[in-house]
Amino acid sequence: MAHGPAKGISRWLFTTNHKDIGTMYMWFSFAMFLLGGAFAMVIRAELFQPGMQLVEPEFFNQMTTMHGLVMVFGAIMPAFVGLANWMIPLMIGAPDMALPRMNNWSFWILPFAFLMLASTFFMEGGAPNFGWTFYAPLSTTYAPPSVTFFIFAVHIMGASSIMGSINIIATVLNMRAPGMTLMKMPLFVWTWLITAFLLVAVMPVLAGAVTMMLMDIHFGTSFFDAAGGGDPVLFQHVFWFFGHPEVYIIILPGFGVVSQVIPAFSRKPLFGYSSMVYATASIAFLSFIVWAHHMFTVGMPLAGELYFMYATMLIAVPTGVKVFNWITTMWRGSMTFETPMLFAIAFVILFTMGGFTGLMLGIAPSDIQYHDSYFVVAHFHYTMVAGAIFSLTAGIYYWLPKWTGKMYNETLGKTQFWIAFIGFNLTFFPQHFVGLAGMQRRVPDYALQFADFNMLSSIGAFMFGMSQLMLLFNVINTILAGKRAEKDKVWDGAEGLEWTVPSPAPYHTFSTPPQVK
Amino acid sequence: MAETESNSSVAKTAAKLVVLAVAMFAFAVYVMPPLYYVFCDILGIDPRGSLVAVDENSEMEVDTSRTIRITFMATNNERMPWEFRPNDAVIEVHPGEVAYTSYFAKNTTDKHMVSRTVPSFVPSSSAEHFKKVQCFCFESQPLAPGESADMGLQFYVDPNLPKSITNITASYTIFDITEVANEQKMTQR
Repeated sequence: MAHGPAKGISRWLFTTNHKDIGTMYMWFSFAMFLLGGAFAMVIRAELFQPGMQLVEPEFFNQMTTMHGLVMVFGAIMPAFVGLANWMIPLMIGAPDMALPRMNNWSFWILPFAFLMLASTFFMEGGAPNFGWTFYAPLSTTYAPPSVTFFIFAVHIMGASSIMGSINIIATVLNMRAPGMTLMKMPLFVWTWLITAFLLVAVMPVLAGAVTMMLMDIHFGTSFFDAAGGGDPVLFQHVFWFFGHPEVYIIILPGFGVVSQVIPAFSRKPLFGYSSMVYATASIAFLSFIVWAHHMFTVGMPLAGELYFMYATMLIAVPTGVKVFNWITTMWRGSMTFETPMLFAIAFVILFTMGGFTGLMLGIAPSDIQYHDSYFVVAHFHYTMVAGAIFSLTAGIYYWLPKWTGKMYNETLGKTQFWIAFIGFNLTFFPQHFVGLAGMQRRVPDYALQFADFNMLSSIGAFMFGMSQLMLLFNVINTILAGKRAEKDKVWDGAEGLEWTVPSPAPYHTFSTPPQVK
Repeated sequence: MAETESNSSVAKTAAKLVVLAVAMFAFAVYVMPPLYYVFCDILGIDPRGSLVAVDENSEMEVDTSRTIRITFMATNNERMPWEFRPNDAVIEVHPGEVAYTSYFAKNTTDKHMVSRTVPSFVPSSSAEHFKKVQCFCFESQPLAPGESADMGLQFYVDPNLPKSITNITASYTIFDITEVANEQKMTQR
């Protein structure tokens, strides 16, 4: 029964092992993270000074578009799927994922999607340049010819996400160890279960949106074309019906990671476990009924503006429940500040700030001032970088000893944290101010009065980029030369089935299910 | 034994989720677009106004106490080379009074072309009160090279127009739909 991995490249090509697939997802997403990060560096280098510096405006547009697409679909989402593959079976006491062959497939189509997307740089007319939200008619009538490759790449990414999510739901609902009731599941499993439902529900809507674009471009339909009786505003509705749940798809697994890390280093059980579960579910539900708050300036009737404004405000309630639960978990805990905990605490602080700016943007009358300004850029980077990337980093440091059986370099980890934390805030905090003062997003030039803040932003961005190379170095160094992790339970405050298996986690775990009391 | 039981429950879960995914795709492509126009209708925000002709209502009272100033505008969509302009830039009407105006269009190219015009109204809440008895925007307009036409518009402003509105801007954008029109002709054959 027990046998190790196959030898050579075929181990990775044909593997159905959740740990192998999780590892591949993580490495792939990190490669995409560096690619998307490189695009961000081009953007910040161009914006280092006012005036046109390095790149053509046309190429700048391609950079902002591809940065968004690669980070959202190539870095953050696959990274969380990787964590899910590694940790969910270990956390619920299952031997593997429910559908291991599909698991292999859902990973291996992903590199081809991004190869296709990246290849558009070398095509006539260049890569997609219409923003990651690809609003029609920018993405239809005025799109470069490479848009067709973009559409098929999105189709493949969607298929991959849907298959991955089906696998996660099937695993969580059917493969839990005896005694592991739903309300005993670790919160990371809960948040992923809910995220997976969101993905299955909205990735097909994204596929539908790009399919309608494809029809408009090549088959003479007029879904989004006013000349033929369509309406470009329809595109925005379809897109954000996908897009708003998507932003919670990106953040909910992060909530899960942080809900594992904070109790471990506070040496207290998570405060308000069941309220955390219900809050997550409420956020997921609300995400389906607030999408048009991204479109306040499109010309909605007053009733619509009011409805979407109040529904959006409502999200602050379950999110507030979560934030207060994390704080209360730390309250009077015997806290220690290892690298995962530092990232988790920074997550709570910075994500809450992103949430507050989100509330400001959710107020319809003031949104008209903030719309499409750098204030929006600052807002969603506080939620997506300090939210998703910080929680991912916390998760990587937290579980790395379990994956590799070796300890990472704590000093290097903490140094990385502080450089990332300072770099991040230096990058995005000033963007609130330039945004409020009227600097537009997605424009390669800006008015002179924004010069100082933009230079700070760029310096911060280079710092933040460098800190990610330190993460890469720390992980590789751990694998090659890390000190052995002495105990199965690497962190003394950590709870959960994943800490009952040896470090490093053997190739096959829980072949006989554990008994959960 | 337990193995097969769990396998079949996995298959059941997966099958349900596949159905959900397919249903959501169908929802996006087949339900959302029509639903969008239904909502536009209910909320009265169809910015084009209705593209359906209304009957001339002779019983309608003309409200001579109010005068509405209507400004007509013409916009060429990008890559549409025709000459296109309103014959009357401004018309003043009483609510309920039927008025007639026209737009001038000339095909300045050496090719046979087909156009289509889409209206838009400011303020947008006036769109549903701008009733078109007859409008060139209901149909496409083919023109031979160098040919020109006066395209008619017969309309009245609904007396229910909110009191706060005294000015309406009616903007017509002309689109080149030659390619689409030719394709349709081909498929009809």
